[in-house]
Amino acid sequence: MFRYTKWTFLREIAVWIYALIVLSPLYLLVNVALKGDDEVFGVPGYVPVQRPTMDSFVTVITGPQGPGLLGGLVTSAIITTIAVSGLIFFGSITSYVLARRMNRLSKGAYFAVLTAIVVPAQLGLVPLYIGAKTLGLLGSSWGMGIIYMGMLLPLSILLYTGFIRTLPIEYEEAAYIDGSSRFKTFTRIVFPLLSPVTGTVAIMTGIIVWNDFFTPLIFLAGSDTQTLGLVLYNFVGGIVTSWNQVFAILIIAMLPMTVLYLIFQKKFIQGFAGGIKS
Amino acid sequence: MAIAVKERPGREPGPRPNKVKKLVHHGYWWWSLPALAAILSIHYVATGVGFMYSFTDYEGIGEFNWIGLENYTKIFEDEEVSGAIYNTFFLAILSFVLSNVIGLMLALALNRGLKTRYLLRTLLFLPVILSTIAVSYIFRFIFYIEGPINTFLASVGLGEFQKTWLADTTWSIWVILLVVVWQNIGFAMVIYLAGLATVPQELEEAAAIDGAGVWRRFTSVTIPMIQPAIAVSTTLALIQGMKIFDQVIAMTGGGPFGATDTLSTIIYNKTFVYMEYGYGSSISLVFTVVILLMALLQTYLTRDRSGAKK
Repeated sequence: MFRYTKWTFLREIAVWIYALIVLSPLYLLVNVALKGDDEVFGVPGYVPVQRPTMDSFVTVITGPQGPGLLGGLVTSAIITTIAVSGLIFFGSITSYVLARRMNRLSKGAYFAVLTAIVVPAQLGLVPLYIGAKTLGLLGSSWGMGIIYMGMLLPLSILLYTGFIRTLPIEYEEAAYIDGSSRFKTFTRIVFPLLSPVTGTVAIMTGIIVWNDFFTPLIFLAGSDTQTLGLVLYNFVGGIVTSWNQVFAILIIAMLPMTVLYLIFQKKFIQGFAGGIKS
Repeated sequence: MAIAVKERPGREPGPRPNKVKKLVHHGYWWWSLPALAAILSIHYVATGVGFMYSFTDYEGIGEFNWIGLENYTKIFEDEEVSGAIYNTFFLAILSFVLSNVIGLMLALALNRGLKTRYLLRTLLFLPVILSTIAVSYIFRFIFYIEGPINTFLASVGLGEFQKTWLADTTWSIWVILLVVVWQNIGFAMVIYLAGLATVPQELEEAAAIDGAGVWRRFTSVTIPMIQPAIAVSTTLALIQGMKIFDQVIAMTGGGPFGATDTLSTIIYNKTFVYMEYGYGSSISLVFTVVILLMALLQTYLTRDRSGAKK
């Protein structure tokens, strides 16, 4: 049996020291953001704040960047919601059909879906851009949501299919005998049983979409629709000397995901680890 | 979207055509069509068209001409591209090694016995969920000329080690590497923790009773048991490492003098800034082939050897 020895204690201390070093950038982030202008200039960032103030947050929110920043939060939230709902709906229903039908066609389709995960999206970017332009999907939240759905559906289907294959078929048989329609069987019986993997899909794709910078940079270029990442990219270049304001912006931008993570941290970590394993 | 209350036309009441063979039907096959069509067009058709563009001089507007392999010969003469290929491999390989080694060490340290292991796991995983762009800006401040690193070095009397970091042709790429590794370690750690959770304690105890030391237990029991975790973590780290983009754009913009340009930033610049769709596509193709080769090689190296052993 395992015992808590002196060595375990030392190991614990060592990991804590490591964790404090690794998280020190986040200390700097909060520390500098809480400083007033008088404490930012000429004082090293790591010196603890003497007179904590929310001034830089107020300046950032009420200043010229304010509407853009809040707009970015809203836009990112809308795009993430559209993409994640679509990935859950289309991912689950497609995987259900593919996983339960074991004929050659559905196996071939599943193989094509898996291959799409490995092939990098880079080469298709230009045609995708031109296609999105033709269909009028550029510069809109809906367009972004649809593009993300297409890009991440293979991941969603991979996760769902792996899970559905472990589900017993008896529930569906019982529903059929009780006269349930196919769609009702899916929505009332199967989909609720999928909730663990739905959580994984929502967390993984939600984080990917929320934090993605590259795709909006291309597909939202020059439009009024700006995600959080684009807002940061456009603002931070302009006010590079007022680090307290920059960091206030960064904190506002990072807060939603961080709060969600701290509330649901177990689900986040299990979602990542479990989703990857399957 | 049709309105739900509408009567479906053409369906007569009465018995259905008798073609029910299986007891249960699992949805209709056409439920999978929208998703399959989206995957087909976004992943396959788009990639195919991109392949085609790579042999043209397309610039986004008007006609384009087939120019054969001209783009590809241009790649090999383009010093920007060869520099970017070097940087991409540098970042991919080092970030892959560092995040996996440190991640595995952390997972081993956290796996058993620590009283605060759940809290530590939560804290150490935190960087993974943060926006890369935001994280890059924090580090841009830290390595700023008058930032904390340089002021700290001066205050402890190591002023001669002060550097311009992000504007330094040698050091800028190491800062990028640091940011990438900082964000990836937690991810590797969590995958290895999940792998380690599958190693039965009895197995290690049995090995210990048979006289296996710590290192022997690690190499002969733990490593083979967490093979799947190693495969997943290394593959993802390698592919992530090949695609580094956000950190470069946010911290150096590829500079100074291309010292931190990666294939992703070069492709972005050529294609979407200079609108050289054809040339950009050909670099993308090279990039795609490199990633696929790396993934294949990597899958081969981390394949499950347990069957072949003895």
